[in-house]
Amino acid sequence: MRVTFTANGKPVEADDVWEGESLLYVLRERVGLPGSKNACEQGECGSCTVYLDGTPVCSCLVAAGQVQDREVRTVEGLSEENGELGLVQQAFIDAGAVQCGFCTPGLLVQTDALLEQDAQPSDNDIREALSGNLCRCTGYEKIMDAVRLASARKCAGKGASE
Amino acid sequence: MSSTRTIQGQKNLQNINQASKDGIGGSPLRPDGTLKVKGEFAYSSDMWHEDMLWGMALRSPHPRANILGVDISEALKVPGVYAVLTHQDIPGSKYYGLEIQDQPALAIDKVRYHGEAIALVAADHPETARRAVKKIKVEYEVLTPIVTEEQCLDPETHGYVHEPHEFKSHGYGNICHEQRLVSGLGVTDEVRAMADVIVSGEYEVGMQDQAFLGPESGLAVPAEDGGIDLYIATQWLHVDRQQMAPVLGLPEEKVRLTLAGVGGAFGGREDISMQIHACLLAQHTGKPVKIVYARDESFYGHVHRHPAKMRYEHGATRDGKLVFADCRIVLDGGAYASASPAVVGNAASLGHGPYVIPNVKMHAIALYSNNPSCGAMRGFGAVQAAFGYESQMDKLAEKLGMDPVELRQLNAMAEGDSMPTGQRIDSPAPVAELLQRVKDMPLPPPLDTEDLDIRAVPGALSNTSHGEGIVRGVGYSVGIKNVGFSEGFDDYSTARVRLEVIGGEPVAMVHTAMAEVGQGGVTVHAQIARTELGVEQVTIHPANTEVGSAGSTSASRQTYMTGGAVKLAAEAVKQALIEKGRRRYGWTQKDISLVGGKVVSESAGVLVPIVDLLGDQAIDLTREHHHRPTQPFDKETGQGFGHVQYTFCANRAVVDVDVDLGLVKVVELTAVQDVGKALNPLSVVGQIQGGCTQALGLAVMEEIIVKDGKVRNASFTDYLIPTILDTPPIPVEILELPDPHAPYGLRGVGEAPTVSATPSIVAAIRQATGLALNRIPVRPEHITGTL
Ligand code: FES
Ligand code: FES
Repeated sequence: MRVTFTANGKPVEADDVWEGESLLYVLRERVGLPGSKNACEQGECGSCTVYLDGTPVCSCLVAAGQVQDREVRTVEGLSEENGELGLVQQAFIDAGAVQCGFCTPGLLVQTDALLEQDAQPSDNDIREALSGNLCRCTGYEKIMDAVRLASARKCAGKGASE
Repeated sequence: MSSTRTIQGQKNLQNINQASKDGIGGSPLRPDGTLKVKGEFAYSSDMWHEDMLWGMALRSPHPRANILGVDISEALKVPGVYAVLTHQDIPGSKYYGLEIQDQPALAIDKVRYHGEAIALVAADHPETARRAVKKIKVEYEVLTPIVTEEQCLDPETHGYVHEPHEFKSHGYGNICHEQRLVSGLGVTDEVRAMADVIVSGEYEVGMQDQAFLGPESGLAVPAEDGGIDLYIATQWLHVDRQQMAPVLGLPEEKVRLTLAGVGGAFGGREDISMQIHACLLAQHTGKPVKIVYARDESFYGHVHRHPAKMRYEHGATRDGKLVFADCRIVLDGGAYASASPAVVGNAASLGHGPYVIPNVKMHAIALYSNNPSCGAMRGFGAVQAAFGYESQMDKLAEKLGMDPVELRQLNAMAEGDSMPTGQRIDSPAPVAELLQRVKDMPLPPPLDTEDLDIRAVPGALSNTSHGEGIVRGVGYSVGIKNVGFSEGFDDYSTARVRLEVIGGEPVAMVHTAMAEVGQGGVTVHAQIARTELGVEQVTIHPANTEVGSAGSTSASRQTYMTGGAVKLAAEAVKQALIEKGRRRYGWTQKDISLVGGKVVSESAGVLVPIVDLLGDQAIDLTREHHHRPTQPFDKETGQGFGHVQYTFCANRAVVDVDVDLGLVKVVELTAVQDVGKALNPLSVVGQIQGGCTQALGLAVMEEIIVKDGKVRNASFTDYLIPTILDTPPIPVEILELPDPHAPYGLRGVGEAPTVSATPSIVAAIRQATGLALNRIPVRPEHITGTL
């Protein structure tokens, strides 16, 4: 079948999609967006997290056909229009929260979503929000730092522009 | 999609010129970080080639069976299938292995573990491949698997995993390797009589998995010269090639490996997984073939941490001085040897912990069984033993009525002491100090039961309790780990450094075959080049087999070994440049160095900008770094200068245990480690925290459940690794006591916390509950007694 949807603001279409294919597979193998990662393909690790119509989902659990005419935003869409790093991306680098980085795309999307909802989450809020994203390298401490840093910068940025 | 993505792996690190002044001791950011947060970093599973096929393996559902026949005819008929291969299609040698060549690339006549690969399929879509795999018919004669220690040690009754004639170097029944050690008087009745108190215990460690997130994957591309190019996530490019080439029937130079992005490794990528399979399929089809393991296949397709059964007996005087230790460590190595011999060597030589013990007897063995193969995992043989000896230290302290930290400090080894192997420790060994520091760190506040946030208690989020039945415990531990390859192995690494002028700036290029697996070696290499050459801009060349071997990214050795090689090569480039200046300008000063892009002399100031001296000529030099030689251990006595460097970490764990539900929440896990010299403090701390978290996993949740040789939980649904909710704050303090024998005085970092942290958590649970807890992972039923 043919699936057409919007990915990071641009219309995309994929042909010959087999009905069992996941959104993750279509993004990675058919439309040239390999940023979302494939670590379990069972909804357990969060590496494949993307926005679907503004809500973070595990793209490995979404059947390709379900995204027809809908809007997907992936890690590739978190950067600014001019290609500069987004606030959450920069915070992850600055805090040393990226080691192998395989968990990073999913964590970035999930963190972005968290801070959209609550720009100043408590530590327990952060842990709860990110508990579906496994990371095997960092021990999460620097991920906590990154989210706190992103939160602080977001709040400071808001203050400055108001 | 364009086919240029095939070479994304090569682009990962090219042209990343960091204009940073950060040399060693600073914390410049990762050169690959920007690509990683943008989703543009190409991991091995992201490789793509126009026209590529997907490879997949058929795996055995039985741990032990004879293969009576394989029928591939139906599979070949599936539209979209390009090849179906069995061992009969292998052009070269059928066996490979890291230390012992006992593993067939595809099963021949029999299978020895659940999940062993039997046949391969290449097809145009992963689903086509999956369907074709299902159509391969294998006729088995199922045999009773050999899975317990008793069965393994009685081959006359239960049979052999490998028949005695099956490969040359094997002649021990089902024992893959063993190492004994005796020091002092050994352990005899007379020695026992010298102790006032004796404690003994039996301990068990379950099978842990590396569970790196990036699945085993890669892309094999057949080349026009009849060779093959493989883009691969691995820990050691050259040793992969060395094992692959004979199987593929190719000379080594025709097997070219380039490192593709690696999503974690932790030892699990030290063995071959899909490398040979992808290449065989590419050879047969003449097309690029990509293999990406699904998570269950990853659990089947790589080696795990050896499960262990251990028996320890310690004797001490009334005032707490250790008199003897008698230890037996049995590691289940599974069907194939992998790194078992070296793991045994580590367990035997480090199995007494960082303590001075006058009389020691040790026997460590690895068994062949029909369980999954075990090999390298972070901590490598030292992890299992640490759970044993640290449990014993707590037991002994309790029996003596001593503080457990004091008892450890009383017996702690220090520089100048000897290991039970007879090796004198000739660099700092601040074991007592590490313990003191970890003890002195402030404790976290008690659980706030008044204003309870449900997410802070054991079983967080499940709304399982509201703080009733929760008790807190505190536990301590310390561990020892060797750095680098031991027992006489000529461990070395190669680095090429090139200095040239690009765009009016001096630029250094560093080329090694080091596998960057996430640890941050690429950052450190750039720091070293900056420091030695006084330049800001450093490019890291993609890691491949065009340069000499870097050895494995394991054993906490890469900063020491490849970092050391980069230092040597950079120093050679520096000397060559200065020599050029001497010839041109007749400098006579002895104190010339490179700083801030200039050649400077301490006495005469700036001599010339590097750019002017270099002109349009490049200096390009390659150097090897070997560590000082080690010796094999004597087979019977275990004596010998076996390890090149030791590293130590101490931990304190604070836990809350819900004794009604058997749930544990680690509240805080503190680590203090001596790193000799922190080349990049940010990365060092990140490594320690990551290592502690894997140790936490082993303490309370991680285990591959194997019943009768069958793996029962090959998924992230059932094999649990710590989430951010399971992981506490991990305060880290680092000590920098330089090792005079190591580059910059550094000490390997990555493994020590994984060795030491597990016992501290178990000790804390014991302190909270009063339970003995002799098996890890500690499960709810162990705590509630409902086993
Ligand atoms: S790959 Fe989708 S949750 Fe793991
Ligand atoms: S950085 Fe490797 S999995 Fe998170």
